[in-house]
Amino acid sequence: MYVAVKGGEKAIDAALDLLARRRRGDDAVPELSVDQIDAQLSLAVDRVMTEGSLYDRQLGALAVKQARGDLVEAAFLLRAYRTTLPRFGFSEPLDTARMALARRISAAFKDLPGGQILGPTFDYTHRLLDFALLAEGRPSVTDVVRHAAGEVQPAMPRVTDLLADEGLIERDGDMTGAPADITRDPPHHPAPRDARLQALSRGDEGFLLALAYSTQRGYGGNHPFAGEIRYGEVAVHLHVEELGFAVDIGDIEATECQMINQFKGGGDVPPQFTRGYGLAFGHAERKAMSMALVDRALRAGEFGEEAASPAQDEEFVLSHCDNVDASGFVQHLKLPHYVDFQAELLAVRALRAAFQDKEAAQ
Amino acid sequence: MRSESTIDRRQWMAILARAPRETLERLWSEVADPPPFTTLKPAETGLVMVRARCGGGGAPFNFGEMTMTRCIVQTSGRIQGHAYVAGRDRRQAELAARFDALLQMPDRQAPLLGTVVGQLAQAQAERRDGRWADAAATRVEFLTMVRGT
Repeated sequence: MYVAVKGGEKAIDAALDLLARRRRGDDAVPELSVDQIDAQLSLAVDRVMTEGSLYDRQLGALAVKQARGDLVEAAFLLRAYRTTLPRFGFSEPLDTARMALARRISAAFKDLPGGQILGPTFDYTHRLLDFALLAEGRPSVTDVVRHAAGEVQPAMPRVTDLLADEGLIERDGDMTGAPADITRDPPHHPAPRDARLQALSRGDEGFLLALAYSTQRGYGGNHPFAGEIRYGEVAVHLHVEELGFAVDIGDIEATECQMINQFKGGGDVPPQFTRGYGLAFGHAERKAMSMALVDRALRAGEFGEEAASPAQDEEFVLSHCDNVDASGFVQHLKLPHYVDFQAELLAVRALRAAFQDKEAAQ
Repeated sequence: MRSESTIDRRQWMAILARAPRETLERLWSEVADPPPFTTLKPAETGLVMVRARCGGGGAPFNFGEMTMTRCIVQTSGRIQGHAYVAGRDRRQAELAARFDALLQMPDRQAPLLGTVVGQLAQAQAERRDGRWADAAATRVEFLTMVRGT
């Protein structure tokens, strides 16, 4: 229990002022603009939008600036901001098969209709520090190689749809349904897959990464292949009652991961690959892959698998994957607990007195 | 480049929604004798819950929210212009709504489709094709090596 404390206004004001000055840093160094953060720290902005569960690049960049680069704090700022806005409605479900792709790879199939597009990836870098980036004022690269100038993006179907056509992989299932919204109603367990995917979409990347890794190391393993990872822009459509049609309100960037896992069959169903799904705002492959592995792990019950590992424990995963919740509860320990602690002190003193009395009596 | 005659309201609204405010301001300043407008719903920013599908093609789930701004204006001739645009730029939404109204006026539609909508569509197509060209330059053919042959 924590109780209200009085006093400290001056100290708090001074602390806020000091925070603002530390945020700004050395005045001799030019101030970062929100546009610079959006453009040059774009993956930080992507993570903050994903975990803040709010797509707005400018606000994501502002949050990164305000939080001094603390991305969990920045996600918290977005979560707080979203509560100030009315909700106008729900979009039509995104059609990720029609994404304007910047990247699309499969580690399972070499030959994909439309091809493998590496895009802007760290995968083939050597992870050596590039000291050339220390030099400021270099002209940006202008001699862009555009082998394919004039070409229009061909159809790039999702890999899993191709396999599903042969019956080798489980299908997506029914396209209808009224999805749960965990921002309005906290999930009950067992939660349906749509509620789980919503929670995982906004879940902490580090937490989900560790759980995903644990499944690979044998804690609920399910032999995954990266069936497809795609990243690019996808249009958002909103049905507007007054107009009687769905309006295309613009594009968002998203990363989708289709994880393909080992077979399941039985009864009337021939063996087929199973799947896990990941989706994140912006370019967030590690997050989308982790989400897909954990999504598949959480489907253990559906496939009659023994659920003995943390990543397969729905209540454990969903209750602890949100870093705004987690950070709030851990950090609330910094708030004054003086009365609480006083009570504990009294209790421990009484116990010690009783212990000493007992010692003395012996 | 799409044919102008086939552009319907849904398409020009999509094009206007992607137009930067500065461009819309410039194009608006070039409109010959704009009619008076009243504001039916002032530009307002809110959230849209973006839905996606389980597995990409299955049942819908609530993925995450995005900001959106909407605005409804009306001409003196009672034609309503609507805008629903991603982001928080109220002026952009207001200008998009005005253009939507003008585009529904029979005498203005054809010239505006040729100039405003055409220019915007072309810029957007160029951006899209440029991004695809950047991506396509990284297309790779992976070869599987067979040992011992």
